[in-house]
Amino acid sequence: MVGVAITGVGLHPFGRFVDKSVTEMGVDAVRAALRDAGNPTFEAAFCGTAYSGVAAGHKVLSAIARTGMPIVDIEAGCASGAAALALAAGAIRAGQYETVLVFGIEKMPKGIIRSSFFEPWREQAGLAATPSYFALRAQRLMREQGVTKSDFAQVVVKNRAHGVLNPDAMFRKPVMVEEVFASRVVCEPLHLWMLCSPNEGAAAVVLQRSDNPRISLRAAVLRSHLPGSVLGEATPMAGIDDTNITPPTVLAVRQAYEEANCGPTDLDLVECQDTDAARELLAWEELGLCKPGEQGRALRDGAHVLGGPLPVNVSGGLLSKGEPLGASALGQVVEIVQQLRGDCGDRQVAHARIGLAHTVGRGANASAVIVAREHSVH
Amino acid sequence: MRVRSIEPNGFRVDADGEHGSAVLLGGYSPTSKQFHFPRQIVCPYSGAEDVVAVDLSRDATVWGWTVVTTAPPGYTGAVPYGFGVVELTTEQLRIVTRLQIDDVSELEFGDSMQLSYDIVSKDDDGTDVAAWAFTRRVR
Repeated sequence: MVGVAITGVGLHPFGRFVDKSVTEMGVDAVRAALRDAGNPTFEAAFCGTAYSGVAAGHKVLSAIARTGMPIVDIEAGCASGAAALALAAGAIRAGQYETVLVFGIEKMPKGIIRSSFFEPWREQAGLAATPSYFALRAQRLMREQGVTKSDFAQVVVKNRAHGVLNPDAMFRKPVMVEEVFASRVVCEPLHLWMLCSPNEGAAAVVLQRSDNPRISLRAAVLRSHLPGSVLGEATPMAGIDDTNITPPTVLAVRQAYEEANCGPTDLDLVECQDTDAARELLAWEELGLCKPGEQGRALRDGAHVLGGPLPVNVSGGLLSKGEPLGASALGQVVEIVQQLRGDCGDRQVAHARIGLAHTVGRGANASAVIVAREHSVH
Repeated sequence: MRVRSIEPNGFRVDADGEHGSAVLLGGYSPTSKQFHFPRQIVCPYSGAEDVVAVDLSRDATVWGWTVVTTAPPGYTGAVPYGFGVVELTTEQLRIVTRLQIDDVSELEFGDSMQLSYDIVSKDDDGTDVAAWAFTRRVR
């Protein structure tokens, strides 16, 4: 198969920037990625965004006089950036392009995300509050997997401790379990600090065809849901017994492992969807990092902290960075590339060679991206 | 007092009736042997096109529950309110619903529930707008 190299990455920090437009944030990330890649000519650009409006990607590239090539905006909920990455990688593998720019941008208001996905009557009925669905999923995890509320708090403590070490994160103070429980209850069992904040930011990646890549994009997979699961990210009004319905994350990651010729035991780090603390614990089993019901033990063993056997969300995750929908999946890829290059300073994962990035959200859309360092750094 | 359904394609409410007048409108496909809600022209689980209209049963057990403490975007009704999923006893269908219960924390998995309705807003002409809700079954 044609090799796809990641030759440049760029990031605009995730946070709140009242005086900065989404276009300006995109310009910062794109310029950084192009500079990092040696300022190549690119033949196409794919932009992931959900809330930036018409031709948002065009506005970014117009601002730096880099237009003329096809520019495609892509919306796939929380996986928008990964969807852009998957399309770009596919076009390179198909021989259509040599070099493609991929970026993701977002500027979202505070509070519960409002989505045109929901019919107005459903909002009016009070049946469109996303944290309430997260809460039911968390409750189910407690009932069926023996996960506890304290485990949810421990995930927040872990990710926020990682976020302290990330200068591009929004929240950079460590927190304790008691403080997590002291934050207000949004929807039992989820407290405010167990939920990530929708916010603002941008990320960019340059992909190039290569027969001998140093950092390779081994797999970039996007999948949607199969029907039937009432608590799945497709948020239907009803569902059936979902015992034998494979979730979209599992569909995506199985395909990604196959394409990348590796499995969960080969991974050195994982960035996963911690929309809420329970979602991260569900992702652990969906991605094959632990067996169902073993999340509590993995937490107690420190299996997924920086310095542990397989660090998860060393960037701080969405719980520390916030979630600018279109940018978040590419932000994960930027983190993994920087880790594979050994550029992450205090939060560096030792000897990192293969990383997995995962998102799942509205649609449903789930993505699994596997990036590997194919040559020794030295 | 006039009452109208918030979504007539999925829910019928009789203005003059008691709680028993609320009905969830579903579909059934004999090919896939599967009920669904709200009613659609194609079975959402199999794609089968032999959907027949059915009124769904009113009895259920509670399968998931929480309390929404802050009004979400687009919602103007009272807060806090109960929210959850119930499983219809006959159809084995899991329905997303409001829960009309004073103290949701007292609920236990599998508790018996029955269909009711909640007033979530009012039209300009004073008509109450009703959404389906489930409440504890009266023993």
